[in-house]
Amino acid sequence: MEPMKVLVIEDDRTAAAYLAKGLKEAGHVVDIANDGREGLFLAGSEHYDVMIVDRMLPGRDGLSLVELLRAAGNDTPALFLSALGSVEDRVKGLRSGGDDYLTKPFAFSELLARIEVLARRRSAAQPQTRLTVGDLEMDLLARTVKRAGKEIELLPREFALLEYLMRNAGSVVTRTMMLENVWDYHFDPQTNVIDVHIARLRQKIDKDFPTPLIHTVRGAGYSLRAVG
Amino acid sequence: MFRLLRTTTFRVALLYLCLFLGSVGVILGVVYRSTAGFVEGQLHEAISEDVGELREQFDRRGLPGLIDAVRARSAAPHTNSIYLVMAPGGVPLAGNLSGWPNGAPDAQGWLHFAVADTGGPSGGPATAQAVTFALPGGLRLLVGRDMSELDSVRRQIVSSLGWIFAVTAALGIAGGVLLSRSVLHRIEAINRTTRRIIDGDLSGRVARSGNGDEIDRLAGNLNAMLDRIEGLMAGLRQVTENIAHDLRTPLTRLRSRIELTLLRDDEDREAYRAALQDALGEADRLLSIFTALLSIAQVESRTQRDGFRPVDLAEVVETAADLYEPLAEEKGLTFTTEIRERPVVDGNAQLLAQAVANLLDNAVKYTPAGGRVVLTVEGNRVTVADSGPGIPPEMREAVLRRFVRLDAARATPGNGLGLSLVEAVARLHRAHLELDDNRPGLKASIVLPTAA
Repeated sequence: MEPMKVLVIEDDRTAAAYLAKGLKEAGHVVDIANDGREGLFLAGSEHYDVMIVDRMLPGRDGLSLVELLRAAGNDTPALFLSALGSVEDRVKGLRSGGDDYLTKPFAFSELLARIEVLARRRSAAQPQTRLTVGDLEMDLLARTVKRAGKEIELLPREFALLEYLMRNAGSVVTRTMMLENVWDYHFDPQTNVIDVHIARLRQKIDKDFPTPLIHTVRGAGYSLRAVG
Repeated sequence: MFRLLRTTTFRVALLYLCLFLGSVGVILGVVYRSTAGFVEGQLHEAISEDVGELREQFDRRGLPGLIDAVRARSAAPHTNSIYLVMAPGGVPLAGNLSGWPNGAPDAQGWLHFAVADTGGPSGGPATAQAVTFALPGGLRLLVGRDMSELDSVRRQIVSSLGWIFAVTAALGIAGGVLLSRSVLHRIEAINRTTRRIIDGDLSGRVARSGNGDEIDRLAGNLNAMLDRIEGLMAGLRQVTENIAHDLRTPLTRLRSRIELTLLRDDEDREAYRAALQDALGEADRLLSIFTALLSIAQVESRTQRDGFRPVDLAEVVETAADLYEPLAEEKGLTFTTEIRERPVVDGNAQLLAQAVANLLDNAVKYTPAGGRVVLTVEGNRVTVADSGPGIPPEMREAVLRRFVRLDAARATPGNGLGLSLVEAVARLHRAHLELDDNRPGLKASIVLPTAA
């Protein structure tokens, strides 16, 4: 993943410093704004690949900040951080122009995976009817999957899971992100149910081929990528 | 006594008393008019008869006959009849009246006057009524009756009616006082109990009379409310104790792990890494408990129908089945989904999904390999049936409480909050969570109300 320029708008200075440290270690460039006014100024005057916005900020709250930026034609992907975790809070955040929503406390790996996906989605090209990763091909219209020219039978949900992984190929995708985007589950089930689904997908995608495409990223999730 | 006057019961009793006395007054008025009027009418009739007979005498025998007849009648002992035949010039010719009375007759031709003594039954001063006639030759005839009898009847009627009225009023007031005092007494008993409860003794209950009237029902409802409050308080106390216990344990582990690592003398990077990994796992477990507790609290504090939409129950179940099926098969369980109907219910899809997922999670977690899990939608009922160890009947209510886990389940990972959330979601949807014996295993059903 090439370096991103990230704007962190967070009034808790310690939390902002931790975020900046983690993002820098992941190879990204970080600017910090400690209140809404400063955040609005920075977001309006420089180009960022993604911004991380605390929902409750002094000066100007996160929701209205993103709303204002969107009204001004700024479409920098925004991820909301909030201590408010109900479904209604998320809906409100996404409706105001946010692209993703993460409830505090969160794992840093989760945040990193999400903003990388956001930044990549922005740079992605036109809508596609075919997805290709290495020798893996997915035809979204015919709903068929081929690897190295050989057709692979998938159940509908396996197809949806693979589609999500392929759309975000090269990025780390967390279990929570899969639950949200493939099953529309905005809560974490008590047992880890995702790993079994990935194992089944691996059986079909990777088992009979020399190079695996689905990689486990320890402490974070999975990533679909063609090595090399 | 003043307090009594301020009570609603007494005021209502007083109002009823006034209305009652008013109607008694009207009835007594009618009784008076008909009795006194009857006596007066009889006297008038008697006078008319007299007049008729005297007129006949006069017609047949002329003046001497009339005078004879009047004399004979006036001489009768203890008579209450009054007669007078008057010659022109004011000379009385016959009769028992000393002179022609003053005054003019009324509209009906009746002359009312006072008489000193007629030798009649009353013997004293009395009133009299009479009719007068002019006879040929300037003569005048007066026929009347001493009315003292009627007066005494009237006085008697008025006095008895007065007594009746007074006794009714007295009984009414006494009844009102008694009634309001007994009601007041019972309400005061309720007030005493509530004051005791306000002072902190939640075990107090209002005594019931058992006769099923309004106050008895009020007492019953108060008691039911107090039972609920006491239950909630006990639940709160239990939750607080459980939180203290269930969070203290992992916190203590976390703390000792960090402390022991810091006590180490060597600088073994790997050991530090492992310790941090453990600490992170412990912190995540703590956070998941918090998240689960918060979700339950959020569901419980929601107002009914807040954000409710029509939800395809079968779709919710299919998604959950789809998510859990591989896990169940991995564990060596037979997993079946039976969608018999596709009911649409009013609800929150995410919360219903979470409830179904929690039930499936439990079924898959506790059913040993080789067992089966059956997920069914039938009517407005979602059922998760398994062939696991089940829940003994006496524990079925307890497991819905927060942090309550069966002893046999302690070895399996879990926080004892799963069924509490299902119960809270069910309650929010006005649904029931039913736990039954699946012989063997557990049959957990969420029974939703039909969409309006």
